[in-house]
Amino acid sequence: MYQYLVNSIDPYTMQILVNIGIGIILALGLNIITGLTGQLSLGHAAFMSVGAFAGALLTIKTGAPFYLTILLSGLITAAVAAAIGWPILRLTGDYLAICTLGFAEIVKVVFLNLEVTNKALGLTVPAPNTTLSMPVTVLIVVILVIIVSVFIENSRFGRALKAIRDDEIAAESMGINIARYKVQSFAVSAFMAGIGGCLYGHFLGYINPSDFGFLKSIDMLSMVVLGGLGSVPGVVFGASLLSAAPEFLRFMSQYRMLVYGALLVFLMVFRPNGLLGGIDFAALVLRKLGVKPRGAAHEKQGGH
Amino acid sequence: MALLKLDNTTIRFGGLVAVNGVNLEVEEGEILALIGPNGAGKSTIFNLITGIYPPSEGDISFKGKSIAGLSPYIIAGRGIGRTFQNIRLFGQQTVLDNVLIGAHTRGNWNLSGALLQFLPAVRKEEGRLLELAIRCLTKVDLAHKAYELACNLPYGEQRRLEIARALAIEPALILLDEPAAGMNPQEKQTLLEMVRTIRNDGVTVFLVEHDMKFVMGLSDRVAVLDYGSKIADGRPEEVRANPAVIEAYLGKGAAH
Repeated sequence: MYQYLVNSIDPYTMQILVNIGIGIILALGLNIITGLTGQLSLGHAAFMSVGAFAGALLTIKTGAPFYLTILLSGLITAAVAAAIGWPILRLTGDYLAICTLGFAEIVKVVFLNLEVTNKALGLTVPAPNTTLSMPVTVLIVVILVIIVSVFIENSRFGRALKAIRDDEIAAESMGINIARYKVQSFAVSAFMAGIGGCLYGHFLGYINPSDFGFLKSIDMLSMVVLGGLGSVPGVVFGASLLSAAPEFLRFMSQYRMLVYGALLVFLMVFRPNGLLGGIDFAALVLRKLGVKPRGAAHEKQGGH
Repeated sequence: MALLKLDNTTIRFGGLVAVNGVNLEVEEGEILALIGPNGAGKSTIFNLITGIYPPSEGDISFKGKSIAGLSPYIIAGRGIGRTFQNIRLFGQQTVLDNVLIGAHTRGNWNLSGALLQFLPAVRKEEGRLLELAIRCLTKVDLAHKAYELACNLPYGEQRRLEIARALAIEPALILLDEPAAGMNPQEKQTLLEMVRTIRNDGVTVFLVEHDMKFVMGLSDRVAVLDYGSKIADGRPEEVRANPAVIEAYLGKGAAH
């Protein structure tokens, strides 16, 4: 039945939809480390490329089933992130950002020079070993990633990440092992970037290390910041908008990047927290309903 | 045996000796106040106990085991909760979430718990933490504001929320850094009752405070710090009459 639905959408629209789906996966991944844990990563495209190449090589060399390939490329990427996260997550703010930036450049140069990734020629990725079509696979992964993001946000684990984001000293004084949680959230974040990269590679059928440069990282970051750091609905919205924007603005031909940039500037001036950022939907509803956990009259709070 | 013991604890920042060979014991079940002029090193002592700075010399032991040089999160896990002089709440999060973060050490489920949160075991723990958080909020009379954002609370309530958050650790010892600062007399009286209740619930209280009336009315024992050294230690009325203390606060000659 899904297949029927998929076939009824024209290929051009479908391509945009798959792009949106991959954008959502990548942005939600970045949101874990930057939105929830508050650690700015400017090199997330590197994790995407690790996942893309790992996935491509798995399909080429082993022909493993696609779902296994997706899972494995995510795990490989997470392992790489944990290994480099351990030393660099001791840094904070600008220093961490520069460090992730450098790491991304290193990954790019390494892939440009390795025999196995076919150097600067890039890899042609064969069709994945699966009966499901690409759009359906992406849809399933998007749903899973959204569920995982919401689960993480509303858990003891997620609360620890948000505490680290808001005040590291206070978080540590509450018994939270900052170094460990930073590395874990970095690995989860990279896992999602890895599966996003794997899907991206198999969808396009061709990957080149140069595709995963600084601009790709900034693209991902724009999606997260535009939608609202730390807000899952916001990030999904931001990723959808920015993944589709270049297509919708196509009629402006060469002016479209200009308009795109201007839109970002205006948004940051008028909604610095992102379109849906800074809104805790659950708390908002609970407050509106006047729900309180136990007795005591609800005093009205003046001023906001 | 003392619950907390500072043994010749010293810290130097470059040439400055901020805390100089302090010996101090906190007995189980007491309310001990640490007073002293501005810059005497009171908050630094709290930062030494909670592991934010490792001592340059000397030892700190809690429940008979040395905690000197351990990371703050390990010390918190051993059962020391604290508040901060300059309020450090998670302002953009709800009051309830703030206390749930305080309850972090009372839970075990991590990333796996986040992903498998539909399992009964995980939900049970989550329910237990929630119950603990509400209990702590009730102790400081903030349960009715559980879903407010912490930054929207008035100043006095923010200070109380910090205490609730520290109580969620279920600590054996709670360190309160100037809990009454910026409160009006009425709020101070309420706070005084709250701190007494906390002690009666079995938590040892160690506080730094500038308000003498508050300190004298609340504490079982008072220690005085001046230029990083302990100059007096005893019952409130003894300390009040101590010439060295009067000199530290009012200058030489005032004691005569």
